[in-house]
Amino acid sequence: MSCPHRLLAALLPALAICAASAAPFLPAADTQVLERLPARASDPKVQELQALRQAWRQQPGDVDRAVRLAERYFDAVAAEGDPRYIGYAQAALAPWWALPAPPAAVRVLRAKLLQFDHRFIEALADLDAVLQADPAHGEAWAWRAAIHMVRADYAQARRSCEQLAALAPPLIAVACTAQVDAATGRAEAAAGALRNALSSAPGADPAQRLWALTRLAETEERRGAYPAAETAFRQALALNLGDVYLLAAYADFLLDRNRPAEVLTLLKDRTRVDVLLLRLALAAQAAGRPEREAWARSLGARFDAAALRGDTTHRKEASRYRLTLRGQPDQALALARENFVEQREPADARILLEAALAARQPAAAAPALAWMAASGIQSVALQALAARIKELP
Amino acid sequence: MTAPARSAARAWLALWRGWSQSMWHLPLACLLFWASGVAMAHKPSDSYLSVSVQGSQLSGQWDIALRDLDFAIGLDADGNGDITWGELRARHADIAAYAQARLLLQADGQACELRIGTQLVDEHTDGAYSVLPLQWACPGGAGGAVRSLALEYRLFADLDPQHRGLLKLGAGGSTRTAVFGPAAARQQFELGQASGWQQFIDYAREGVWHIWIGFDHILFLLSLLLPAVLVWQGPQGPRRGAAWGRAVDWQPVPQAAQALWDVLRVVTAFTLAHSITLTLATLGVVSLPSRAVEATIAASVVVAALNNVFPLFSGRRWAVAFGFGLIHGFGFASVLADLGLPQGALALALVGFNLGVEAGQLAIVAVFLPVAYALRRTVLYRQGVRIAGSLLIAALAGVWFAERAFNLKLLPF
Repeated sequence: MSCPHRLLAALLPALAICAASAAPFLPAADTQVLERLPARASDPKVQELQALRQAWRQQPGDVDRAVRLAERYFDAVAAEGDPRYIGYAQAALAPWWALPAPPAAVRVLRAKLLQFDHRFIEALADLDAVLQADPAHGEAWAWRAAIHMVRADYAQARRSCEQLAALAPPLIAVACTAQVDAATGRAEAAAGALRNALSSAPGADPAQRLWALTRLAETEERRGAYPAAETAFRQALALNLGDVYLLAAYADFLLDRNRPAEVLTLLKDRTRVDVLLLRLALAAQAAGRPEREAWARSLGARFDAAALRGDTTHRKEASRYRLTLRGQPDQALALARENFVEQREPADARILLEAALAARQPAAAAPALAWMAASGIQSVALQALAARIKELP
Repeated sequence: MTAPARSAARAWLALWRGWSQSMWHLPLACLLFWASGVAMAHKPSDSYLSVSVQGSQLSGQWDIALRDLDFAIGLDADGNGDITWGELRARHADIAAYAQARLLLQADGQACELRIGTQLVDEHTDGAYSVLPLQWACPGGAGGAVRSLALEYRLFADLDPQHRGLLKLGAGGSTRTAVFGPAAARQQFELGQASGWQQFIDYAREGVWHIWIGFDHILFLLSLLLPAVLVWQGPQGPRRGAAWGRAVDWQPVPQAAQALWDVLRVVTAFTLAHSITLTLATLGVVSLPSRAVEATIAASVVVAALNNVFPLFSGRRWAVAFGFGLIHGFGFASVLADLGLPQGALALALVGFNLGVEAGQLAIVAVFLPVAYALRRTVLYRQGVRIAGSLLIAALAGVWFAERAFNLKLLPF
């Protein structure tokens, strides 16, 4: 027996248990491109980040330098959707990360990073501590409102918006309160307020307008005012900020209106962003397109990879994938229920109702129905689902 | 993956950024740039580590994302944003050194030395990974099966505390998984003593596997078995050799029983012989230099194959099987030694491995014999397979012999 055989015999079981890996290969040529980095080294943004990193390296114990670098990484997460930057930001904050009471700038940033992991309680504790020392910390109020909205604590969200009003520009102050109103039975007033605020601040920053327009579009859609919703979506898209959240929301709007072809056009080439890949696969399914299978498989592989690491922060998407693309209502329901314990926004309620309906388990929908009753949310889609749940035997 | 809460928070962020510009002088342009440059799947950084324990043998594979390696040590030499195979290959030594320093393994309390082989590349859901083959050398070497394994994982711990190492550990026929991160950098695994039966099965499986991938053993056996379905009808005595190549002188055996009896004699002789030397060598009673053993095994294949074309010992193939079988046994013994022998269960391993080899061998015979028997009347078999096939085998084994005897590398496999 020659040596390669022995080596093979030793390696094969190792290869066999490495199910995560398909088939390692030896690239054919030196010129073969294996990976595309998010940007070139010569890019001014990369160089700027590099300079910040360099400055931080020289004095990693300097709070200002560390926070500046971590902030930039945090911005990159939100803009690019790549969670690696969360870790980079956390690494910059390493000397203070485990302290019970780090400096305020670190503490707000820590809260922002923690909420990415759905560690809402810890994030709120950090924000409250900062606000206790400095009630004029606008950013802390803003994040506090956002987290309370996700957790469906509307009283606390409203209180945060009220505190924010004195510290923020009018468009932001109005938008903050409007999102609470829209979730608590005052959708029409909220839409009106958003529209007024937008028209009285035509020169507002595009990022602010994007945010307000997206809230407006969602509010109008839930109310069933579809032409108004579409107008707002299109105005937001026209800002050309390439916002992933907006694209996903508009894709869902189009899917609900049975216009999958437009989704395929809107999101083409965006397959590497998981939330958008989900919409693409759903659109391909609705349109009977052959790409459906490849996209669904790729999506499944990404959920599997996340599960390997014990990541549970994307159960809403996973539930939708199981329900609609894999036809597994029971698994979808389990995911949707776990998700709803953590987050209670309209989209979370919707997938729970849909999964409960498909699995024919009306009792499982109880938390979503209770939330709907308590919040007074106005949503044509949710109300229709709730009615169908009640018809189940 | 973009988490649900992230979407809401993300929307807030966009809002906040616009507002906070004046405070922190962050140019909005960078947001626009980043947002338009979305290209990566939303997956946090993971590496995939697999470790396989077989007796005292520790091997594995480590897949590390190119993006992470680029962030840590820089791969994009020309800075154009593309990582090519050339750029990756050029950094192999640095990658291996970086990885090696960040993965510590102890087997039964003894630190083992990690050797990293030549990297390959693989695609995972979020892009390309460098695939590093791993092999550990532990003090004490083949001193019995590993019972307890401790791994300390520090890859990227300083750069990205969210990075995780996803371990698949295969030992004793079962696989377990673990996740490494800064909060769980060192983990210990008790492999336990696999049950006697499980060990027996494992070694038997190795035996089967070894004979199947041991082409030299298979070809030796097949060469001896090729003529089993034929019977010599040509002239006897001195003229016999000259007539050896004529098809007419080789007639198919009339009855299957005759072929079966011939096969039985050859296989039994081979089995008996290699069992004897496998046992003696494993128990340390006899030992031969492995290169000589390997070269002789190759030579045995040449002899067995040529015998089908130029008769040397036509009716006494069982004797050849026995004689060379003794040498093949030493070859099996070195494989068994490489696998590592469990202390206190030597006999179990030996018997299991040997029975595995026999089972694997019987499976090959079971496939060969009916086919040969069915084809025995054809000229293709009597001349084509017997002569051309045997010559081909002899040529291949001749190259093996040259490789092993003179330590050359001639064949790509």
